[in-house]
Amino acid sequence: MALKHVNAVIVGAGAGGGVAAKELASAGLSTVLLERGQWYSAADCRKDDLLNQRTCVLGNAFGPDEARNPRVHVDDDGREQVVLAREFGYSNVAACVGGGTFSYGAQAWRYMEKDFRMRSTYGAVAGSTLEDWPITYDDLEPYYEKAEWEMGVSGDDSGNIFKAPRRRPLPMPPLSPNLEYRILEPAARRLGLHPFDIPMLRNTVQYNGRSACMRCRWCAGFACEVNARTGTHNTVIPVALATGNCELRTGCMVKEILLDDRGRATGVAYFDGRDELRRQTADVVVVSGSAVESARLLLNTKHRLFPNGLGNRYDWVGRNLQSHAYPAAMGLFDHDTYDDLGPGAQLAVSDYNHGNPGLAGGAMLANEFIRLPYQFLDRIPPSVPRWGAAHKEFVRKAYKRTVVVTGPVQEMPVFNIRVQADPKVKDYWGVPVARISGRKHPHTMEIQRYIATKAEAWMKEAGANLTWTTLHPPMAVGGQHQAGTCRMGDDPKTSVVNRFCQLHDVDNVFVMDGSVHVTNGGFNPALTILAMAYYSSDNLIKKWKGTRLR
Amino acid sequence: MPKWNGFGRRKFLGMGLAASGAATLVSCGRVKGPSWRFFTDDQSLTIQAICEQLIPPGRGPGAAEAGVPNYIDRQLTLHLKRHQQAYRQGLATVDNLSRQRFGGRFVQLSWVQQTQVLMDLEKRATPFFNLIVAHTMQGFYGDPRHGGNRDGASWKMLGLPFPPVRGRIKYESKAS
Repeated sequence: MALKHVNAVIVGAGAGGGVAAKELASAGLSTVLLERGQWYSAADCRKDDLLNQRTCVLGNAFGPDEARNPRVHVDDDGREQVVLAREFGYSNVAACVGGGTFSYGAQAWRYMEKDFRMRSTYGAVAGSTLEDWPITYDDLEPYYEKAEWEMGVSGDDSGNIFKAPRRRPLPMPPLSPNLEYRILEPAARRLGLHPFDIPMLRNTVQYNGRSACMRCRWCAGFACEVNARTGTHNTVIPVALATGNCELRTGCMVKEILLDDRGRATGVAYFDGRDELRRQTADVVVVSGSAVESARLLLNTKHRLFPNGLGNRYDWVGRNLQSHAYPAAMGLFDHDTYDDLGPGAQLAVSDYNHGNPGLAGGAMLANEFIRLPYQFLDRIPPSVPRWGAAHKEFVRKAYKRTVVVTGPVQEMPVFNIRVQADPKVKDYWGVPVARISGRKHPHTMEIQRYIATKAEAWMKEAGANLTWTTLHPPMAVGGQHQAGTCRMGDDPKTSVVNRFCQLHDVDNVFVMDGSVHVTNGGFNPALTILAMAYYSSDNLIKKWKGTRLR
Repeated sequence: MPKWNGFGRRKFLGMGLAASGAATLVSCGRVKGPSWRFFTDDQSLTIQAICEQLIPPGRGPGAAEAGVPNYIDRQLTLHLKRHQQAYRQGLATVDNLSRQRFGGRFVQLSWVQQTQVLMDLEKRATPFFNLIVAHTMQGFYGDPRHGGNRDGASWKMLGLPFPPVRGRIKYESKAS
C-alpha cells in the first residue's frame, strides 16, 4: 500500500535531521523522519568500556549494524580494504535517533568569525580547496543562540577574549571545577593564556524538564544515565513528535532520492525494518545523513539528467571530506590528578585558534574526558615498553597521575579526500557502499605539530615531570566530526548547495548536516551543525510559505 | 582503598555462572573441564603462557589468573571471530620460533626464554603479535562481563572507585 504523501521527508535523525524535524513540523509541514538505526533510551545505557561509540574494539553500541553496513577504505598506498564500523578508516558516526548527539562528549562550540572566512584571512593554500563560507558568523549568530537556549548549553566563556560576539550569555552555569581543571587553570594564566569553562550541551541544573549531570566517568561514547546530556533525541525530536505533524520511522535505510522526469525530487525510496522497499513521496527532501552517508545517498541517486549522481554535475559531491586532526600532550605528575569527577573535559583555551605565526588556522585546546583503564593504554609514553612488567607497573603508577590536553585542528580541505559510491562493494540491501580515500594536507600535519608543542608547554607549566605528545596519522578519516562533502557556496561550479543549503541542481532537496561546512573550524562541530539546521530550516520554511517549493 | 564489597569473587563467579550457564568463566586451565570454546587444550596452554608474559603477576594477578585467556577464547567466537585464523597461525608460529631458538615448544621454555621469543616476535612486527597484545590488554583492563579482568582485578589494582557506575550497586555481568 502506498504511503501517505507528506510535505517533507527527512533522511537521518541526528543533529541536523532532528532540528529540521522540529522546525518543519512546528511550522505545520507534515513530516516523516527516517532513521536507519534505533531509538535508544537511558535504559539502554549499559556502560561497557570495550563496546561503545568511542572505544569500539568489540563493536559500536549505537550502530550502525556492522555486518549490514561495510565501507571501503583506500589507504595511502592505494590498497583498498572493506572495513567494519569499529575500524578507524570507516569514519563512523553513530546510527541511531539522536545520531552522534546521543553519545557524544557534547562540547557546544560556536565557530569564530575567521572560521567562516578562512580564504580571506589566510589566502590560498596550495593543494587545498580552502574557501570562505557564503554566509558569515553574523548570519548564523541568532541560530547559535537559538540552539543554545532551546536545547540547553552550560558553561562560561566570559573569560574567552577571542570568542565571537554573542548577544546572550549561556543559559546554564558550568560544572564545578574538577582536579584537572584546578591544576591546569592557574598554569594557563601563568603562560598568559585565557582559560575558561567549555560550553557543553549538558544540563548542570534542571533545564527543559531534564535533570543535572551526576558527573559520572562514563560520558563521551556512552548513553547518559540520567538524561542530563543533551542531544536531538531528548529535545527537538520529542517536540517534533508532539506537534502531531511528524512521524519518526526507525530501522529505515534510504536507498535513493526519487526524481521525476524533469529531475525534481518526489520523495525517497527506502528499505523498512522488514527489508521491504517503500516509497515515501514528499514535496521536499532533507538529507541529514552526516557527511559520508549524505554524499553516498546523493551519489547513489542516478537520473538521466544527473548521470553522476544528484547535485554532482561539477563533481563536487563527496569531495573535501574533513574531520579534525587531534594532537595531544600527556603529562605525568607526582601527585594524583584523578578525582573521578566526570565528564572530565572542562577547561579550554582559544588562544591558538588563529594568529599562529605562519599557520592557516589552529585549534582550541582542552583537557580530555576521563580515561577509562583500557582507554588509558593509548596514553602511554613511547619510552615505556608495550608489554611486560614495566608496562603494568607504569599503568599502575600513572593511571591516576596523568593529564591529557588535546584539541581539534582545523583541517585544510583537500579535493581528493573524498567519498565515492564504491563500484563493487554493496551493503546488505544491495546499495553501493561509501568508499573513502585521501591523505591529510601537509599543512594540517604542520598545524598539528605546532599545537602539540603548545599543549606540551601548558602541561610542563602545570608541573608535569614527564611529558609526551601524539599526533593523528596522515591518513584521512571522517570520524565523528565528519564534514565538508556537500560544500555550500554561491557558485554552482564549485559547490553543491547554495547559501540556504539547497542543492544547486534541484531546489526541493536540502542538505542539513556537517556536509555543507566549507571549513570545519578548530572546534567540535555539533553546535554549528545544530545552528545551521535551524538556519536552513528557517529559510526552507520561508520559501515554503511563498511557493511550497513547486 | 576503594570498597569492592558488592563485587567479591564469589559473587562475581556466581553472576558469571548465571550469565553463561556453564562453568565457562573458570575455564582458564586451572580448573578441570574441557570448556574452551575456540582453543584446543594445547593452544590454551600456549595462550596462557603468552598472556602471562604480556602482563605478569605482581601487585595483583597476572593476565592468566585474571582470566585473559578466557576473554580471548570467548571473543574469538563472538566479536573477534574474524581473527580465528590469525590465532591458529600465530600460535603455530610462536611454537616454531621457540623450537628454532631453544629447541622446545613455547610452554616448555623458561620464563627468560619465553620473553626472548616474544621480543623476537615483536621485532618482526607480525600482525598476530599486535593482536594478542591488544586483546590481552582488553581482557585485563576491560570490563569483566566479557570474560576477563576476573573479579575486577585490574580496576582494583588501579584503585578505581567502586561502583563502576555511580548510583548502581548492582553491576550487570552479562555480556551482550
